[in-house]
Amino acid sequence: MIKLNVNGQTKEVDVDPATPILWVVRENLEMTGTKFGCGIAQCGACTVHLDGKPVRSCSTPISQADGKAITTVEGLAAEDGTLSKVQQAWIDAQVPQCGYCQSGQIMSATALLKNNPQPTDEQINSAMAGNVCRCGMYGRIRSAIKIAAGMEQPATETGSESTKVEA
Amino acid sequence: MGKWSRRAFIGAGVVAGGALVVGVAVRPGNPTDELKPILASGEGEELLNAWVKVGTDNAITAIIPHVEMGQGAFTALAQMLADEMDADWANVRILEAPAIDQYVSDSIGREFIAPNLEVPEILEPTVAGGFLELVQAMGLQITGGSFSVRGTGQRAMRTAGAAAREMLVAAAASEWDVAESEITTANSMVNHAKSGKSEPYAKFAAAAAEQSLPAKPKLKSPDKYTLMGKPIARTDIPAKVDGSADFGIDAKVPGMKYAAVKAAPVVGATVEAMDATAAKTMPGVLQILNMGDFVAVVADGYWQAQQALNTIDATYSGTEGDKLDNAALFKRYDEYLNEAGTDGGDTETEEGDVSDAFARAATKVEAEYKVPFLAHATMEPMNCTAWVRDGKCDVWAGHQSPLGARKAAAEAAGLDFEDVSYHNAYLGGGFGRRSENDNIEMAVRLAKATKYPIKMIWSREEDTMQDHYRPSATSRFEGGLDKDGNAVSWSNIHTHLFDPQEAPTVPYYNIANHKIRKVDVPTHLRFGPWRSVDHSQHGFFIESFVDEMAVAAGKDGYAFRRELLAGSKRHLAILDKAAEMSGWDKPMPEGHGRGIAFVPSFGSIIAQVAEVDMTGAKPKVKKVYVAADAGFVVNPDGFTAQMESAIVYGLTATLYGEISLKDGAVQQSNFHDYPMLRINEMPEVEVEIINGDHKRLGGGGEPGLPPIAPAVTNAIFAATGKRVRELPLSKTSFA
Ligand code: FES
Ligand code: FES
Repeated sequence: MIKLNVNGQTKEVDVDPATPILWVVRENLEMTGTKFGCGIAQCGACTVHLDGKPVRSCSTPISQADGKAITTVEGLAAEDGTLSKVQQAWIDAQVPQCGYCQSGQIMSATALLKNNPQPTDEQINSAMAGNVCRCGMYGRIRSAIKIAAGMEQPATETGSESTKVEA
Repeated sequence: MGKWSRRAFIGAGVVAGGALVVGVAVRPGNPTDELKPILASGEGEELLNAWVKVGTDNAITAIIPHVEMGQGAFTALAQMLADEMDADWANVRILEAPAIDQYVSDSIGREFIAPNLEVPEILEPTVAGGFLELVQAMGLQITGGSFSVRGTGQRAMRTAGAAAREMLVAAAASEWDVAESEITTANSMVNHAKSGKSEPYAKFAAAAAEQSLPAKPKLKSPDKYTLMGKPIARTDIPAKVDGSADFGIDAKVPGMKYAAVKAAPVVGATVEAMDATAAKTMPGVLQILNMGDFVAVVADGYWQAQQALNTIDATYSGTEGDKLDNAALFKRYDEYLNEAGTDGGDTETEEGDVSDAFARAATKVEAEYKVPFLAHATMEPMNCTAWVRDGKCDVWAGHQSPLGARKAAAEAAGLDFEDVSYHNAYLGGGFGRRSENDNIEMAVRLAKATKYPIKMIWSREEDTMQDHYRPSATSRFEGGLDKDGNAVSWSNIHTHLFDPQEAPTVPYYNIANHKIRKVDVPTHLRFGPWRSVDHSQHGFFIESFVDEMAVAAGKDGYAFRRELLAGSKRHLAILDKAAEMSGWDKPMPEGHGRGIAFVPSFGSIIAQVAEVDMTGAKPKVKKVYVAADAGFVVNPDGFTAQMESAIVYGLTATLYGEISLKDGAVQQSNFHDYPMLRINEMPEVEVEIINGDHKRLGGGGEPGLPPIAPAVTNAIFAATGKRVRELPLSKTSFA
C-alpha cells in the first residue's frame, strides 16, 4: 500500500511503486483530468504538481510522490467550485479547442505564475515549451497567462483583439 | 455549388414521405417518432423537429448532428438555430445527436459525393431524396470537410430554428385567436402587443408539434441577426479547464481491463509467431493475444499491459511493401511521372492548348516539388473502449463519424446494428484521423475475444506508426509566360489524388491554357484525410509555382497574382487585404522576408502573408497575416481560433513534418522524432474577416492551412533567394 496526498486528500493505493503517477491517478483514483499524450516526457499533457512543482506524471514513478502533495487539475478550483485565476483566464481567452492538452497547460502555467507572478515572454516560453498543443492555441495560452497575471485585460467581448470583421 | 435551398431541404422530408428525412419534423407516422424516447426525456416535452427541443422549463435544446473536436461546431451551430428561433441564448442547451440513422448529416455526404452538383431547383427534392438514401447507405454522420457550419448549419440548423419558431407562432395565434402577423418573438417568448399577451415558448410546445411543417420557413436577413456574427463564448470550454470534460480515453466502465497493442510494423503483414515468455509472468497481466494483424496484452492497468507488451518478441510475415524505403518510393513516383511524359496519366482538367502555348512562350518555367507523408498526431492517442456481452455491444470513443463507428463495431462484433450502442465523447483532436474505424474494430475484437470490458489505448509510438497518412507526393509544373510576363500556359502532373477533386486545379487564376494530370502510384501505406486533405499538398505546389512564375516574369508575387485574379472581386479583395495588413510595400530588415499565398478551399477564400526571419540557424516565422472570406462568419472568435490552429498545424508540417519509410515500416515514433511546433516558435497571427456572401458559407477548420507552407517558403525566397521545393524545411540547410 502506498499512501498518497492528492489534492489535499489522503488516499491509499495498492500498486507497483514503479507505476507512473499518471496511471495511478487516472486508473486507481479514477481522476481522468490528467491526460496521457506521449509517455516519454515530451508533451506535457500529463503535468501535475508535486509539492507545487510541475512534473511529467507519465515519467515519474508513484514512489517519488511518497511524502509529497500531488495536485492535479481537479484540485485547482476552490472547494465551492470557484475556478482558479489561471482557469478563469483560460475561459476569458477562450483557449481550449479540443481541450486535451489543456489540463497540462494549466498546471504548467499555474506553477509558472506561483514562482513568477509577472513573467516575461521569454519566461513564458521556457516554462511552457514542454507543453504541446496540437490544436495550436499557443497565442491564446500566452494571453491567458498574462490575463491571469493581471498584465493584460480580458477582451470585453469574447475574442482576440486581432480579429476584425468587415461587412 | 448546388442550389440547396431551404425549400429543397424541407422538401426532402416531404417528398420522401418521411422515410428518408433527416429528422426534420415530428409528426404522427413520421419515423422520427423513433427519436422521441431518446430526446424528449421530461414529462410533457415535445420534440419539435430533430434539431431542436423545447423543454417544459422553456430551455431550448439544439441537437447537433456533428461532433465537437475543438472546432467550435456545437456553439456555432446552436447560434444559428437559436438566432432563427429567437431563442434566449442563456437558456439554450446543446446535445450531440446519438448515432442513429435519423441524424445522418446529409449535407456533408453531398459535399463528399457530389460536391459541385448543380441541380435545377425543381428537381432538388428528388435529388435530395435519392441522395439521402445514398448517404444513409454509406453510414455517414461525419464531421469533416469543414462542413458543419456551412452545410448543416446553413441548410439545416437555421431552417429548423425558423420552422420551429413559425410553428410556435402558429400555435400561439390559433390559441389566442389572433393573426400570426401580429405576433412577435424574442428571448424564447411569444408576444402579442395588442392584447399584451406574452408566454414562454414552452407553453405552446405541444400545440406546435401538431402544426404542419412550414413549407418554406423564412430565414432572417443578416441585418436581423442577433446571435450570428457574434463572438459568443464556446459552451464546451468550461469543462475543458477543470478536468471534467470526458474524452474517449476517459471512459469508465465497471470491471474494465486495459489493453496495449502492437500492430505489424508493415501494414498488411501478419503476426507469424511471438515469444511472450517474460510477459506472461508480469504483474497484472491477464491475457496475451495474437490477433493476427496485431499483438495485445490485457492487464489490470494500462501501464502493466504496455510494459508486458514491450517484452514480447514477435515475427511478422513478409509483404510486398517490405523492401520499400523513402528514396525508393520517391524514385517510384519519378518513374510513373516519367512514363506519363507530356501526355499520359489521367487528365483532371484541360482548357486551351497547353503544348502549343508552352512551345511558343517567351519564357518557360519548370519546377518539381515534393512533400512527405504526414501523421495526424492527435493529442489524444487512438483508443476505444468496448464491451461485448449477451448479444450486445457497447462502444465508447471520440469519433468524427459516430454512425460509421457504430456500423464498424457491429461488423466487428458480428452483431446487428441495433444491438450496438455507441457512446461518443469529446475528441482530443480529430483532423481526419478520427474518421477511420481501425481503433473501433480492434477494441471490439478484443472485447469479444476476452469477454472483458476492454479499454484499448495505443501508445504514442503506435499512434505515429499506424496512422492513415496524408499521402506523400511529387508534383511537376511547366508554365509559360509571354514577352510581357503574362501567364499563358500552366501544366501540372502530380502523383495521387485523394480528395477534394478540385485541390490541384486553379480555376480562379486567368490562364488561358491549362492542363492538370495525375498518376496513381501504388503504395502499401494507408492514406486518410488529413486537415485540408489534398489542399495541404497542392496549396504548397501551386502557390510555390505561381511565385516562381512571378519571379521569371520579373514581377512582384502580389502584383502577379493580382493580374491572375483580375475580374474576381471577392478574390482580389482578400488578396489586397492580406497585402495591406502586412504593409506589403514596406521594406523588410536585412535577412527578413515576406511571402504571400492565396488558396481558396472548402468554400472559403484565404490569403496569408508570412514574415520570416532568416538571420538565425533556422527559419523563424515571426508573423502571419490572414485575410479570410468565408461568406459569412457565424462566430468570429471561433473562426479566428481555427485560423490560428490551422496555421500551427500547417507550420508544424512545413518546418518538421515527415513520416518516412524504411523496409516498409514507418521510422518515426513519438514527439522526439516527429516534432511539434511549440509556444516559443509560435508566430503572431492577425486575422481579418470579410463577409463576402452571407448566402454561401465557407468552411473554417481546414482552409486556413493550405496557404501557410507556400507563404513561408515564398518569404524564405524573398529573404535569401533560395527556393524551397521540398518539405519539410528541416531537410534544407540555410547555412
Ligand atoms: S504524457 Fe507525459 S509528457 Fe507526454
Ligand atoms: S487544445 Fe487540442 S491539443 Fe491543445
